[in-house]
Amino acid sequence: MSKSVKLKKGFTINLAGKAQQQLADFSQPDTFAIKPTDFIGMLRPKALVDVGDNVKAGTKLLIDKKKDSIFYTSPVSGEVVDVKRGAKRKLLEIVILADKELEYEPFTAYNISDLTAASREDVQQQMLDSGVWPNLIQRPYGIVAFPEETPREIFISGFDTHPLAPDYNFILKGEERNFQAGIEVLKKFTSGTIHVNVDGQGEVNPVYTSSEAVQINKFSGKHPAGNVGVQIHHLAPINKNDLVWTINPYGVIQIGRLFLEGKYDTSTTIALAGSEVKNPQYYKTYMGANINKFVEDNLTNDHVRYISGNVLTGENIGSEGHLGFYHHMFTVIPEGDKPEFFGWFFPSLQKLSFSKSIGSLSFLNSSKKEYVIDTNMHGGARAFVQTGDFEKVIPMDILPTHLIKSILAEDYDEMEALGIYEIIEEDLALCEFIDVSKHDIQAIVRDGLNLMQYS
Amino acid sequence: MKFLEKLVDKAKVPFDKGGKLERYYVLFESIESLLFVSKDTTLSKGAQIRDAVDMKRFMVTVIYAFLPALVFGTYNVGYQYYQAIGIEPSGAWDIWWIGIQRVVPQIIVAYVAGLLIAEFSFSVIRQHPISEGFLISGLLIPMVLPPTLPLWEVAVASIFAVVIAKEAFGGSGMNILNVALVARAFLYFAYPGDMSGDQVWVYLGGHTPIDGFSGATPLSIAGATVESGQNVVEALAAYGDTYSLSNMFFGLMPGSIGETSVLWILVGAVILIATGVGSWRIILSGFAGAYGLAFIFHLIGVNPYFDMDPMYHMVMGGLAFGIVFMATDPVTASQTNTGKWIYGTMIGVLTIVIRVLNPAYPEGIMLAILFMNVFAPLIDYYVVGANKKRRLKRATV
Repeated sequence: MSKSVKLKKGFTINLAGKAQQQLADFSQPDTFAIKPTDFIGMLRPKALVDVGDNVKAGTKLLIDKKKDSIFYTSPVSGEVVDVKRGAKRKLLEIVILADKELEYEPFTAYNISDLTAASREDVQQQMLDSGVWPNLIQRPYGIVAFPEETPREIFISGFDTHPLAPDYNFILKGEERNFQAGIEVLKKFTSGTIHVNVDGQGEVNPVYTSSEAVQINKFSGKHPAGNVGVQIHHLAPINKNDLVWTINPYGVIQIGRLFLEGKYDTSTTIALAGSEVKNPQYYKTYMGANINKFVEDNLTNDHVRYISGNVLTGENIGSEGHLGFYHHMFTVIPEGDKPEFFGWFFPSLQKLSFSKSIGSLSFLNSSKKEYVIDTNMHGGARAFVQTGDFEKVIPMDILPTHLIKSILAEDYDEMEALGIYEIIEEDLALCEFIDVSKHDIQAIVRDGLNLMQYS
Repeated sequence: MKFLEKLVDKAKVPFDKGGKLERYYVLFESIESLLFVSKDTTLSKGAQIRDAVDMKRFMVTVIYAFLPALVFGTYNVGYQYYQAIGIEPSGAWDIWWIGIQRVVPQIIVAYVAGLLIAEFSFSVIRQHPISEGFLISGLLIPMVLPPTLPLWEVAVASIFAVVIAKEAFGGSGMNILNVALVARAFLYFAYPGDMSGDQVWVYLGGHTPIDGFSGATPLSIAGATVESGQNVVEALAAYGDTYSLSNMFFGLMPGSIGETSVLWILVGAVILIATGVGSWRIILSGFAGAYGLAFIFHLIGVNPYFDMDPMYHMVMGGLAFGIVFMATDPVTASQTNTGKWIYGTMIGVLTIVIRVLNPAYPEGIMLAILFMNVFAPLIDYYVVGANKKRRLKRATV
């Protein structure tokens, strides 16, 4: 039974610099990287290669010693040029200098009817060895799925409502076959439904309807309507002892490609967006790409922040960084490290605010207005004040303030009772954005999830 | 601005880590952050952008909401003064000037005692940032006090409220009771002679009032009818036009500085609701609770006070002020939306209960709000409990 859900709560942040629907003509970046820090819940990353080793796309680069059946593999073929470590020798990044012509590790290719007939055991080992497995995320906790678990259901959010998010209709164009094959593979892991949740306001992407094995649900509303956590809450919420998996449509396609073509093909279309980009558009590249080729001569100024992912949940990767494993966009916004004279007092139409406090006039603008927002905190940290605004942006039957406070108090029973299993960082990212007390709410949420997971 | 920026940066040096005045950094920060919104940027992971609103803007909105009632209250102090001593003022400015002379020192004393003395020393000792909350409390305290109150009492009450009601609980955001109301309650029980009766509500400036001057508040007049058996409206009519329904709504009558004008308080309520800073749920349910019970009493009608038209309750005393400006305090009110309905309704109901059923206290709003401040966590406990139950029920199905 497909469902149609209309969400009233939320807040869409409309930023300037949306990617034009066109593919850039450019030369591929020199280096690509895999970063253990992208994989939440990775406890003891261990590099399996050294500087100077030659690798193919799909060669094993990395494992988590605590979860050692899952391999993290090279997105491209080439030479390992750097194994970056941080304080206490923490593994940060394995960098590959890419070949001009990519070579692939061979994996077994199937045709679609063989794939339908194959068992879970048949496909699982190939998924673990090839590097596609980390696309599967387990809820609760939002960590890479455990191969020995069987999820109740699998959820796929077919659209993204984050600021400047890539248009999935554009980046997934022509991937029908791969998507269908990917779903065939996923079907083997659960006896429950595979949900594909699509934007209720537009046409359904033909990629999603290519597979009859999925249930298509429609969600409409402001951000975070596209967050899979919000969707799960309205379809079949996660209770204690429940376990579900989520996966991005792009991950499904990658799995499909692996089984149809017998290779780990990480080619992907990313969106380059943000107010400081001269030509925001889409780039066809590979996972973990170095960003310098995208921004070369393409920025309006150099005092900017380079964000892998979107501005609500992404990460500052600096001007020489590589995109994250799960990120299909790259955002460049101005740094905001300038003090603002009486910034809290003067009224402004230009500064976006959810609040309608006196002087925060952005609510008067049309909803189409695009804002340029820098990275300034716009205020100092203060104690929680219950403004009632958190409740207005979270379209779930969850009390954000109480949940956050129970995490700070490290009250396990309370966290559980208030629904910590139903959320991960991105689901409360809007709270972090609108918080007048300027707390780092996403970091708090992860602390709470860690407390629940490791105790 | 660059010049000022440099000046601030230069002045900052001794306050920085390792500097001579490191301990006093929080004080410096409070002034710096007043001048400049800091240059701090977001963390490298998580939300890379933040909403333009901060605690200062949020709190200043509340101050804007107070201003109409405060400006009118100042005028009213002067107006009552000239009425009582029977001199014709030479113009509106004259009236205002008397009020300003009375009210402004009270505000300054509340800020100096509460903010500069109590709040600053606690911030330095506890090393927590100075919160914007006192900008509100410092203005609210004088507004709920009679204009005749000695300044030293304002100072003592402000310090008591900040230290006992706020800092002892961990500072702004952690307090259980509304800070300004604690100041008032403190004075009410410590110096009852200066806080109640018929003589404190009109500032006379040492003059002898004219014959027939009373200074009684409508609540005490209404309370007295329980004994005398006289109809409340008739009893109020004995004071001329002052206590007519419309005049009490407009607010030219004796009372605490900010509380008399329902009209201007409602303007503040509109500001609070339109900006989303004050909870419309609390305001609406507060008035509804008060009107509802007053109406039931009116139907029962065992004595003249019971029998009074419920509209009179709405415009007498501090009901409107308390519901709009004090019950809506986001820190001490109920934190859940359902809880806010209960909390607001109970404040309205309790106010009428105290007014009508308890002859010892003519005004009930202060105690009603403090009482519900204490009960707000309990209300939330049950509302949050219902949320948990829904989740639990879902799990077992």
